[in-house]
Amino acid sequence: MSETQPAAGGPDDERIKEIGGLRTWLIRPELGGIVGVITVFVFFGILAGDSGMFNPQGILNWSQVSAQFMIIAVGACMLMVAGEFDLSVGSMIGFAGISIAMFGVVWGLPMWIAILITFVICIAIGAINGLIVVRTGLPSFIVTLAFLFILRGFTIFIPQTVESRTIIGGIEDAAEGDWLASIFSADIMQWLFVLMADWGWIDTFTRGTREGEPVVTGIPMLIVWALVLVVVGHTILTRTRYGNWIFAAGGDAQAARYVGVPVDRVKISMFMVTAFCSTVFACCQVFEFGTAAADRGILKEFEAIIAVVIGGALLTGGYGSVVGAALGAIIFGVVQQGLFFAGVENSLFRVFLGVILLFAVILNTYVRRIITGER
Amino acid sequence: MNSFFKTVAVTAVAAAALMGGTAVQAEGERYILVSHAPDSDSWWNTIRNALALAGEQMGVEVEYRNPPTGDIADMARIIEQAAASGPDGIITTLADPDVLGDSITAAVDAGIDVIIMNSGTPDQAREVGALMYVGQPEYDAGYAAGLRAAGDGVTSFLCVNHVISNPVVAERCSGFADGLGVDLGDSMIDAGQDPAEIQNRVIAYLNANPDTDGILTLGPTSADPTILALEEMGLAGDIYFGTFDLGENIVAGIRDGVIQWGIDQQPFLQAYLPVVVLTNYHRYGVLPGNNINSGPGFITADGLEMVEALAGEYR
Repeated sequence: MSETQPAAGGPDDERIKEIGGLRTWLIRPELGGIVGVITVFVFFGILAGDSGMFNPQGILNWSQVSAQFMIIAVGACMLMVAGEFDLSVGSMIGFAGISIAMFGVVWGLPMWIAILITFVICIAIGAINGLIVVRTGLPSFIVTLAFLFILRGFTIFIPQTVESRTIIGGIEDAAEGDWLASIFSADIMQWLFVLMADWGWIDTFTRGTREGEPVVTGIPMLIVWALVLVVVGHTILTRTRYGNWIFAAGGDAQAARYVGVPVDRVKISMFMVTAFCSTVFACCQVFEFGTAAADRGILKEFEAIIAVVIGGALLTGGYGSVVGAALGAIIFGVVQQGLFFAGVENSLFRVFLGVILLFAVILNTYVRRIITGER
Repeated sequence: MNSFFKTVAVTAVAAAALMGGTAVQAEGERYILVSHAPDSDSWWNTIRNALALAGEQMGVEVEYRNPPTGDIADMARIIEQAAASGPDGIITTLADPDVLGDSITAAVDAGIDVIIMNSGTPDQAREVGALMYVGQPEYDAGYAAGLRAAGDGVTSFLCVNHVISNPVVAERCSGFADGLGVDLGDSMIDAGQDPAEIQNRVIAYLNANPDTDGILTLGPTSADPTILALEEMGLAGDIYFGTFDLGENIVAGIRDGVIQWGIDQQPFLQAYLPVVVLTNYHRYGVLPGNNINSGPGFITADGLEMVEALAGEYR
């Protein structure tokens, strides 16, 4: 994107077509996401405006759920732009959580070492995923589907064999005072919320041991991680040469190879990024709730892909945006939680979720096609 | 193109109409029941029926919520969300106190009355600040079942666990083993949720351990395929078979002599009583002083008619 040579880019150069400012903005992949986010907020503002969805606790609730989607969507998005899929995301979340618990609690290593080992193992598994895909030429759909089962199997087998249980608690005690664990679990900017509670802007607990404390104590690191990953991912994808390589590898791998893009390396690295994101998700979950369980993360791979697709990425690769995926995650999170707040009956909730997701994707696709004249 | 948009519009309108239909505001208090059950677990149907009935009888608004995949971390978010919507009371299970404890305590601290039902113990309920626990102490129920089976001459058993991820449910197996006076060892198998898989695993286990003379299943999800497995192996009625919970097939099994007894924890009461207790507490300030044991009650071939008529609906 930033590689255009200034000398060849003069006004008379027939290779460069003038595009108006509005049009440049309209053909961005994020457009559908932006429209969707506005739509869902208006929708739920009307439907659930007075239900607690927009009080501090409610906002924190759907923000946290959206942030969860966002963390895995960043990885899934970059991988999808590079032309591949990862169906092992959900299993990787369960696997990483159990790994932290096994090393940190069962085998008693310091928590920061347990976390680092887990990151190394998971990223290595991501690399293996990628290596198998590029070496064999098999669809990543199949390879990562295999890893969905392999990882889930180990996630149940290892704690069952060693500890004869599939939920490992005691992580809170083991992580007490650990510098690395706190990066995943702390609430930041607590002073701001205490201040807001003092001003009467947000509610406080009315009884119990936390009486007088604000109901929202701070911004969870989960949300910070989500934002950091979005910013870093977006910067890499749009502002660096590596980002161009990712687009090229996903758009037309053969053409990219001809111009010297190390396609295989790019794809493998994106599998590693996806694994990294899953592990971040697992860390946030494990240190927030204090236990790791073998059934965590079921179906999360599809939720990541849904967020990415709502966010405007093409399933075929080569087109997409991390910001779009983040907006998709917000839409998904807000719809999922908002329907609860709107009092929709639980079993119908998934019907509406499906309808709204379908509607968002259709809207996304048609708006883009109509405006860009794309066929 | 036009007809396409028309379809989309009609769908949206239909969805909005349905949504309006379900969001009707009832008079009075609002209570939310949060369970840990995945969508696939049909046992919770009784809970939902009882909840709806209690809401209707007491004139309060009731809602049922659950994590679709049974993920307890997702359930914690649902409890936080329920609390944020400011109901008068939350009725919830305590499937994993480590995960759910903070969310429930925060709800209690925010002024919402909480009753723990189904999973958990009276002690755990007190720890999270709940008003009371309504349910069946799982270990005790398993222990009682073990004593009964020992009295009937059982010496070794298979425990078919379809919710291996829920440690509270697994206590039924360990209680049973202790009541029986044998070591749990490898007697408990992780059966999974799929009927065909459960059936095959039971067959495989019984083939590998031919001297097994007792079977304990932990609910209809594991009991129904186990009945089929025993029929396939020609062991139906031959092997001592007890189960937790009821369902149509279990009731039929008891009638046919395939199942010796079913332990009814009476899910009806677990959903119904908290609504009644909370409503009366909020309207008149009255509150029972103790936790309520909804079970265990052994259901045998005697007096099966009413159970049979209502199995899977209110029993």
